Amino acid sequence: MPDNPYSNGGKMEKSVVSVCQRYANDRTRLLDILLDIQHELKGITPAAMEVVAQRTGITRVEVEGVVSFYAFLSSEIKGERMIRVCDDIIDRQKGGREIAQIFAQELGVAVGGNSADGRFSLEYTPFLGMSDQAPSVMINDTIFTALTREKARRICSRLREGAEPADLVERYGDGNNAHLLIRSEVTNNIRHAGEVLLNTLDANAGLIRSLGSQPQAILDELDKAGLAGRGGAGFPTGRKWRVAADTRADRSYIICNADEGEPGTFKDRVLLTERADLMIAGMTVAAYSVNSTAGIIYLRAEYAYLRPWLKSVLQHRREQGLLGRAILGREGFDFDIRIQMGAGAYICGEESALISSCEGLRGEPKNRPPFPVEAGYLGYPTIVDNVETFCCAARIMELGSAWFGSIGTGRSTGTKLFSVSGDCTYPGVYELPFGTSVQQLLKQVDAPDAAALLVGGPSGQMINMSQFERRLCLEDLPTGGSVMVFSKRRNLLEIVDQYLQFFIDESCGYCTPCRVGNVFLKKRIEKVRKGLCELEDMDYLKELGRTIAMTSRCGLGHTSPNLVLSTMQNFPLVYAVLLKEHGDGLQASFDIQSALEESRRLAKRRSMIYDPNYDEA
Amino acid sequence: MSDSFKFEIDGVEVLARRGQSIMQAADEAGIYIPRLCDVEGLEPQGSCRVCVVKQNGRVVSACTQPVIEGSIVENESEEILGYRRDLVRMLYHEGNHLCPICEASGRCELQAMGYRLGITQATKYPYLQPVRPVDASHPDIVLDTNRCILCGRCIRASRDIDKKHVFEYVGRGIRKRVGVNGYNLADTDIALSDRAIDLATCPVGCIIQKGRGFFAPIGERQFDKRPITLGILPVKERSEQ
Repeated sequence: MPDNPYSNGGKMEKSVVSVCQRYANDRTRLLDILLDIQHELKGITPAAMEVVAQRTGITRVEVEGVVSFYAFLSSEIKGERMIRVCDDIIDRQKGGREIAQIFAQELGVAVGGNSADGRFSLEYTPFLGMSDQAPSVMINDTIFTALTREKARRICSRLREGAEPADLVERYGDGNNAHLLIRSEVTNNIRHAGEVLLNTLDANAGLIRSLGSQPQAILDELDKAGLAGRGGAGFPTGRKWRVAADTRADRSYIICNADEGEPGTFKDRVLLTERADLMIAGMTVAAYSVNSTAGIIYLRAEYAYLRPWLKSVLQHRREQGLLGRAILGREGFDFDIRIQMGAGAYICGEESALISSCEGLRGEPKNRPPFPVEAGYLGYPTIVDNVETFCCAARIMELGSAWFGSIGTGRSTGTKLFSVSGDCTYPGVYELPFGTSVQQLLKQVDAPDAAALLVGGPSGQMINMSQFERRLCLEDLPTGGSVMVFSKRRNLLEIVDQYLQFFIDESCGYCTPCRVGNVFLKKRIEKVRKGLCELEDMDYLKELGRTIAMTSRCGLGHTSPNLVLSTMQNFPLVYAVLLKEHGDGLQASFDIQSALEESRRLAKRRSMIYDPNYDEA
Repeated sequence: MSDSFKFEIDGVEVLARRGQSIMQAADEAGIYIPRLCDVEGLEPQGSCRVCVVKQNGRVVSACTQPVIEGSIVENESEEILGYRRDLVRMLYHEGNHLCPICEASGRCELQAMGYRLGITQATKYPYLQPVRPVDASHPDIVLDTNRCILCGRCIRASRDIDKKHVFEYVGRGIRKRVGVNGYNLADTDIALSDRAIDLATCPVGCIIQKGRGFFAPIGERQFDKRPITLGILPVKERSEQ
């Protein structure tokens, strides 16, 4: 092996080598390798990257490419305690930024930096998935919710004493949140349990019934049930599985997308906590129907606190014969699942980016075709479905397509989990039939002051009060589950501005329109907010938004202008009051005084025309 | 099943073979679809989006999208030209493209694309004006990523042809840039003879060969003489000939 020119001694190298060996120096497991190094050494320095490169047979810059892609990986050494404050709009509205300031003061660490003694690091993170119990903070892998100043101070003082973050949890949440392997203060906030997912049920009944029928019959049943993907796009699940089943290949994969990153959604958090068995049963049904032997649960980094729990559920199922070799005694049906941790990238919720991430690459979407069901993970047919979709599939196999199809609307069958947060009395998870009206939902969550509703997260639509009769379903208002309620007190343009920053930060940067266009959208919205825009700027925003939506390569860019466009359409007055007339023939955005400032400085004199008291100089 | 079939680009019937991309079929038919990240000899990646066309009403990148039998493709419609102008403007504004002082002027594909699309005036977008250090460490090569349009041609050339993988994307979003496999270029095994350094690889003035500056006088360069078509004529000019 060639010498490592960046090496500064044996200790780091030993740790890195041993981590690489843990994954058989497999380049496709690069994300796991880097996550372990980050965990053990608190950072992945160029020297460490060099060792990883040598071990896995790639170049150092490739390793750097992956490290620099994910928010939870860093090339600098971070503190022993990493504090991530959720900076989503809901958390901000509940005082998240004040909480960050308390951590900063109490621990002597600036946001984005390390404390002088190197023990603590503090960062903002875009979305922790705790909007129903905001403001929230993640310290290493432990989640803290509903933070108050007092609670933040208590945590800080214990941290200074050297306490383990996990030992700072003051009370456990409900249900499995109190389980020995979770022990989290997160609460489920299940406000309404529907008949498909959140009521009392037998997690394995659907799997057992499935194994009694032909794989083909399962696909037919899903088609008949009209099951559509629950992630937001609503693609027919049966059709997806069928393509995978019909594609000739040596093997195929089943991936569960538990990378719930759309701001405002947290319903998968609840399913992972309370319905893990059902979800895995659904994955196993998928495996049986397409003859797959291996599956992956892609768990977002923010939900790392659920990992030991999920691992134990998998292990328990192996012991019960529900996973592994000869499932339920059926010779020839072998299927097992591993957990792939994410590393802080919203884009990895996009199925092909998620696959890239599982392959140890930068989490960039892939060109389609081929679609993942034809050639996905490692080039093999791959089914990627949302947590909720797998859960529904298992229930359909238990109770039949007629039962499932009788719930919901024509095109949107079954129930849907809605994650409701913001200005309402009862934020939480609601399982309601598809087709429920916004009005009905608002009544249940008790939001009499609701003036605007963001349906489907920042990539969805902001609707106004006159649209509250619309229905939540694929035919009308589709959503992967996120519903954020805003009262009249909220500044909609601040929300737009903040979520454009979110898209700028979370764009993978692969294609021009999404990488650059979103920056331009935000810059213009900033000008609108400052009152420096005129009517023509509305056309600019519309045209730019259209180019981004039409020419981007994946769903992120297709939907990132939605919030700008829907607020312009549904809240025109919010924009109109800030627009200027330009009676003087100058552009509203053009400020002659600030434009002259640099010339004044360089010329060391004032302007004869624009400085009225020029002669006095 | 026949191996070749017909489809239409801007009303002209074109023959394609199964598995070809729209771009490949158009190239063979002598119909030029504008492009920046795609270049002969490298795997297409569909990132610049300048080659977007409408196939059966869907906007797709021609370099990565397989031709659909019997499909109708729009290449030079006002709508598509509008998108392309916006995309090229975005690239201009993302980096520092000061043509009068750039060594690549006249052989720059971004500049030529701007002219071809009729972008002759200051455009509507703000300038992002990146300030990244210029890497002049290598004896033969200068790397000025302030002029980079992230087409990735150097990355693919170095990885797939030179088999060195000297370049790779690092960072993400608007902070994405091309990184090198070392502290700087001198720290890598890059060589002037690499395909990654070939004048035809970098479409702009990001990778510059030292000692060869202004080897052809401005006014006598590739795109000074005729607009960018890479030897392929656009539909309109073709029908006029």
